[in-house]
Amino acid sequence: MQAPALTVEHLTKRFGDRVAVDDVSFTVAAGEVFGFLGPNGAGKTTTVRMLGTLIAPTSGSAVVAGLPLAPANGVEIRQRIAVMPEAPGLYLRLTVAENLEFFAGLYGIRDPNRIRDALEAVGLQARADDLAGNLSKGLRQRVGLARALLTDPAVLFLDEPTSGLDPVATRDVQRLIDGLRDRGVTVFLTTHRLEEAERLCDRVAILNTTLRTIGRTDELRDRMFRKRLLVTTRAPLPDAASVLDGLPGVTGWEANGSSQYEIAVTDAKLAAPAVARALVAAGADILSLGEARHSLEDVYLELISEDVEATGR
Amino acid sequence: MNTERIGAVVRKELRDFRRNRFLVATMAILPFVFLISPMITLLRIPASAPASLVDRSVGVTSLLLFVVPAVIPPIMAAYSVIGERDQGTLEPFLTTPIRPDELLLAKAFAVFVPSVLVAYGIYFAFAIAVRFGATHAVGAAVWHTPQMLAQLVFTPLIATWAIWVGIAMSVRARDVRVAQQLATLASLPALGITTLITFRVITPSVQLAVALAAALLALDIRAWRFVSKLFDRERLITGTRAQPS
Repeated sequence: MQAPALTVEHLTKRFGDRVAVDDVSFTVAAGEVFGFLGPNGAGKTTTVRMLGTLIAPTSGSAVVAGLPLAPANGVEIRQRIAVMPEAPGLYLRLTVAENLEFFAGLYGIRDPNRIRDALEAVGLQARADDLAGNLSKGLRQRVGLARALLTDPAVLFLDEPTSGLDPVATRDVQRLIDGLRDRGVTVFLTTHRLEEAERLCDRVAILNTTLRTIGRTDELRDRMFRKRLLVTTRAPLPDAASVLDGLPGVTGWEANGSSQYEIAVTDAKLAAPAVARALVAAGADILSLGEARHSLEDVYLELISEDVEATGR
Repeated sequence: MNTERIGAVVRKELRDFRRNRFLVATMAILPFVFLISPMITLLRIPASAPASLVDRSVGVTSLLLFVVPAVIPPIMAAYSVIGERDQGTLEPFLTTPIRPDELLLAKAFAVFVPSVLVAYGIYFAFAIAVRFGATHAVGAAVWHTPQMLAQLVFTPLIATWAIWVGIAMSVRARDVRVAQQLATLASLPALGITTLITFRVITPSVQLAVALAAALLALDIRAWRFVSKLFDRERLITGTRAQPS
């Protein structure tokens, strides 16, 4: 079994009296696209900076790309990973190719094909000789990604890669991240775009100074919300209780409007056929019957609103 | 020490300077303007002037020439680290494998090259103008071997000192303007020794020049180590100092 790309144990960071990250633990498997979600100020960027050896944890430990997170390993860890901060941070008076040449030099990459390949991966070969200052924000973000791909990193940290981008540029960057998954790159993606995380990530963690939850999005939904069927009939059922009570897999129900029913179930696959048969037998015309879906946004809002209620922040 | 990483930074910096030629050119203008008046004075000294007047006038002008390597580099050096932060490039830069001592040495070298070239350029322009425009006595005083040696040796050493002062300010200051102002002020004491030589309080000789040059070189090397220790990634990125666990 392949070793995890990242192992984080009880990581904590304080700035003076303020706790930015509190006792956070998780692992990220090699080749996984891992989403790190949370509101502004939740500690996402601080976590990336700690794992990227830019700032030192106050306590806790981590293994990054196979190396313990320690000052002595800083150079070697940074050699193995790539970090793309929220702002791409390009030298605007240098061309795209010159920007990449500079970073290639810092990583000891001598093969000029690597620059060409990185530009090709982000679709910017034709803009290699353009000054970075003349590029749009979306294109600069792509150059930032190309820079991160130069080194073929063991772990790629992307901090809000689509922040501030228009929908087209956002879609382009998301496609590139999808492409990274296909190449087997381990991606640690911090974002507060929930639909982006839901679409791109194998697993997500929700952080709000402490780690609030972690798992696959469907697991999180199941963990946080009861499974339900939503049924709409043409006319209200005259005696819904006699139809729905006691059906296999059904644990409860409630009318939601005149002819809509929300049915709590233990297993939707078991309950749905039984509910359908019972409704047909009772002479009801079924307009729709389906499992209620909760989005990652529902999970996120539920957790964060709990925090707001608890702490008032 | 990884020379490849140092080379990458130096190439990037010099490329950036080339794309922004006004940066170096405008910095050379001010010291050059300050030299015009004493140079005219030298050119107008009559052949009958006493030797003491010639010596004093040449001494003052030489001192002003030492201002060039002391004044040009700190402004560029003070920008070197905090400027990266201001333009948003510091964080990606620091996520690479480069070590602080490598980064600072590369930044220093990149400032050193144009600064010393400009300082030598101004000096030779001055010396040639005096050679052909001033009296024989004044020309001989300027083209006097110890005088020239002092200029040639101490210009890079003063520049290096000024660069480390500038970089130290750049590593610690929170604002580019503050870093540049402080760096310029803090690099001026380096002129003390050259002032003593220029006014013959210390009699210039080859041995003395070598000894002082060695001392300044040692100071410059120690300054590199000292400034490397001042470099705090966390403070530069977050504005707060790393706290012990």
